[in-house]
Order: sequence, then C-alpha cells, then structure tokens
Amino acid sequence: MENQIFELQYALDTFYFLVCGALVMWMAAGFSMLEAGLVRSKNTTEILTKNVALFAIACTMYLVCGYDIMYGGGILLDGIVGDGVADEWTYAPSADFYFQVVFVATAMSIVSGAVAERMKLWAFLAFCVVMTGFIYPMEGAWTWGGEAVFGMYTLGDLGFSDFAGSGIVHMAGAAAALAGVVLLGAREGKYGPDGQVRAIPGANLPLATLGTFILWMGWFGFNGGSVLATASVESANAVAVVFMNTNAAAAGGLIVALIVAKILFGKADLTMALNGALAGLVAITAEPSTPTPLLATLFGGLGGALVVFSILALDKLRLDDPVGAISVHGVVGLLGLLLVPLTNDGASFTGQLIGAATIFVWVFGASLLTWAIIKAVIGLRVSKEEEYEGVDIAECGMEAYPEFKGGK
Amino acid sequence: MQLITAIIKPFKLDDVREALAELGIQGLTVTDVKGFGRQHGHTELYRGAEYAIDFVPKTRLDIAVDDEQTDQVLETIQKAAITGKVGDGKIFVTPLLETVRIRTGETGSIAL
Repeated sequence: MENQIFELQYALDTFYFLVCGALVMWMAAGFSMLEAGLVRSKNTTEILTKNVALFAIACTMYLVCGYDIMYGGGILLDGIVGDGVADEWTYAPSADFYFQVVFVATAMSIVSGAVAERMKLWAFLAFCVVMTGFIYPMEGAWTWGGEAVFGMYTLGDLGFSDFAGSGIVHMAGAAAALAGVVLLGAREGKYGPDGQVRAIPGANLPLATLGTFILWMGWFGFNGGSVLATASVESANAVAVVFMNTNAAAAGGLIVALIVAKILFGKADLTMALNGALAGLVAITAEPSTPTPLLATLFGGLGGALVVFSILALDKLRLDDPVGAISVHGVVGLLGLLLVPLTNDGASFTGQLIGAATIFVWVFGASLLTWAIIKAVIGLRVSKEEEYEGVDIAECGMEAYPEFKGGK
Repeated sequence: MQLITAIIKPFKLDDVREALAELGIQGLTVTDVKGFGRQHGHTELYRGAEYAIDFVPKTRLDIAVDDEQTDQVLETIQKAAITGKVGDGKIFVTPLLETVRIRTGETGSIAL
C-alpha cells in the first residue's frame, strides 16, 4: 500500500513537472510575439528566426553540456537514468532536465529583444551557443546547483535565495543583453545629436499584447513548477499559493505601470502596461511562496512602477532596448531578489546582494568578452543600409508581410 | 468637362459620398493618401518619447463632371467635408480633355 502511494506521488510529481515545463516552453511563443510586436515590420522575420533558433540552440547546448555543468548528469546526459526511484528521486530525472532546459531558453529569449533590429543573426546565434552551453550553466551551478563560486564561497550558506529565478534566469538574461547593447550601440535614428530620444514605435501591438498574455500564462509553469512537487497536501497548498501570488503580482504590475505612464506622459501607454505586467511577474519570481496576496500585489506594483522609470533612465543613458527587456528582467529582477528577505526568514539582504553581484558580474563580464570576440571575428552589426532596408531582407532574404507595402 | 480632385478628412468620406449621390454623380474614385498642409503634422507619444507624424492621412476623391455641374459639386463637397478646423483639406479643379467609356468606346460628356 505504502509503495503504491509512493508510486502515485512519483507519477503525479513527474506529470506536474512535465506540464509546467510545457507551460514554460510556451513562454518562447510569448517572447516571440512580444518582440515581433515591438519591432518594426521590416525586422519581423529576423526576430522570429532568432526566437525559434535560440530555443532550439538552448535546448541542444543544455543537453550537450549545460545540464552537466549545472547539476551533473554527464555530457550528452549519459549519466541520466530513466528511473529515478533507485536514486531516491521523487520524480523522473528526465523530467528534471526537461523542466530546467526551458528556463535556459527563457534567459536567452530576454537577450534577443534587447539587441533587436540591428544585430547580425549569426552573431546572435554564436553568442547563444556560449550563453546556453556555458555562461548560464556556470551561474546556475553556483545557485540552484549548490556549488561554490570558483571554490571561494557558497551562496546558499550566505542566505541567498532565488525561488524560480528573478536573478538566476531573468537578471542573468538581462546582464547578457546589457553587455550586447553596450558593444552594439543604438538603432540608427533612435537618439538625436542633442541627446533627444526619438520613438521608434512597434509594428503590431495586438501581437505584443498576445505575447504578454502568453508569458503571463507560461509564468504559472515557471513559478508553479519551481515548487518541484504537487503530490502532497503541503506541496499542493504551496503550488496554489504560488499560482495566486504570481497572478496577483502581474496584475499589480500592470495597474501601477499603466497609472504611472498616464501620470508621466498624459496617455495610457499600452507598451508600458505590458512591460508592467511582466515586471510584476519578474518581481515575484524570486519568492512567490511566502508573501501574502496583498504583499504579492504590492511587490508586483513596485516592479511595475520601477520598470517605467528604468526604461526612461536607460534611454537617457542611450542604451537602446527596443522591447524594455533590460528594465523588465534586469532592474526588476534585482528588485525581486532584494524583496525576498522581507517575507522569507531563510534569506538575508547581504546574501541576496552578494548573490546578485555574483550573477551580474559573471554573466555581464563573460558576455562582454564573448560579444567582443564575436565582434572582432564576424562583427555584431549589420550595415547602415541593411538596417534601413530591414534585417529581414538582409539576413533572412524574405519579408514578414510581402503583400503589405509601406512597412518601412 | 472638369476633373475635380478633393483632399478631405477620411472620416468625412461617407458624408461626401452621400451628398454627391444625392446630386446624381455617377461615379468617383477614392484613394488613401498622405500629405501636409497648414495642419503640418503632429507628434505622438510612444514609451515616453515623442515622434513626429509629418504626413497626415487624408482621403483623395477624383470626380469627372460636366462643366455646368462643376460649381454645384464643389459646393456640395465643401459643405459636406467641413468641420471648421485646420486640416479640412482642399479641392482642385483641372480641365479635362477627354473621357472614354471603355465598355462602349463612347467619348466626351456622354461617357461620364
């Protein structure tokens, strides 16, 4: 009887893990639609190509060596056995790989939006190989993997806690994106000679809205799955709280961003509201299981306010991020980490700060070096003329809407 | 014969079409166009940054009419398309040398 209950738990936890992984996989669609909506129509095919290719590359590189660096399991997963019962796993080991691999893809998706509309496709894909096969798994090993940082200190011992990856996934992706943007430069015409900021409106706000809703939905797998179990009263309760808080934070983030944008600009800027919902989600991701629903809403709202000011500040610094990825995932990711000790006694502010600094310095530094090498070898940017014509034609040889003229 | 070209605000198109139909106008051609006049452009806001709309969307009507109908058509369009605000558009009249109805080969006023 006891064995049957265990088997049922094993099966249910594995099933839950796989479904949550599939939800997170669907976030790749969300990022694709959000980014396709916020770039100009002449750059649509290329951003979609980047998004599907980065997903496939992330899955392959994590399978080849990423998972091994982060958790062990062998090159090409040759150490992963089909049955986890003998090694006292509570779910199937391959389900763990599947759940982890979609997080890598999420981190990489963050990069593609920030460098959109001007980067060479193959420079981006080359970076994707290094990021998903090495840079992300290294910091993942120090955090969720529990290993010491270059043998010096162990983040877990210092009171670092990041439930589903505000820092480990989102801020890491944003740090890699920031390094790329620094070396890449802004889109032509984004900033005037006297420091004025020119708007480059996105082509399709319905797609951007659909993308945001898909991400919002996928996030239930992202945070909910990170409970890692559901087949007991305790874990089922935890999962339900995480779902509730994740949703509350997204709602809070959207409402506050919408109001802040209305106050600052006099108009209800949809793109800011969308960024606000995502900021709310990023803010709660570091700890969705301990805040009250009210606190979750407020934390999300804080993220929603911060993201609007961060987007404006990055433009002042002439860091051109067409979709606001660095603000949503980086700045608010840091906020999410720093909010954890308010509700979780197991985490400390110093632990969170050291953890955030470790992730940022590693990912930013390693990314900067990688981008610099790619720049020296094949170059990061398309030519001015190609940028004007659109990277769709220059890089992919086809337009997204060939029968719809006047998109330039 | 005269060719009347009117540039009007797009939302006034239905009013103008109805008014011209009452006059018995047999046909007109409509085109979506962009341009600027005294209205110049305007600025819009996106993520906190302004951008200029230098060319404003307008609707262009082309109507071929007989000489004696010209004044009546001009007056009808002017009355139907007016809002009283800047950007209401313009009407141009140019002499029309010839008209051919493709189906029958008829020419001149009878082809209108």
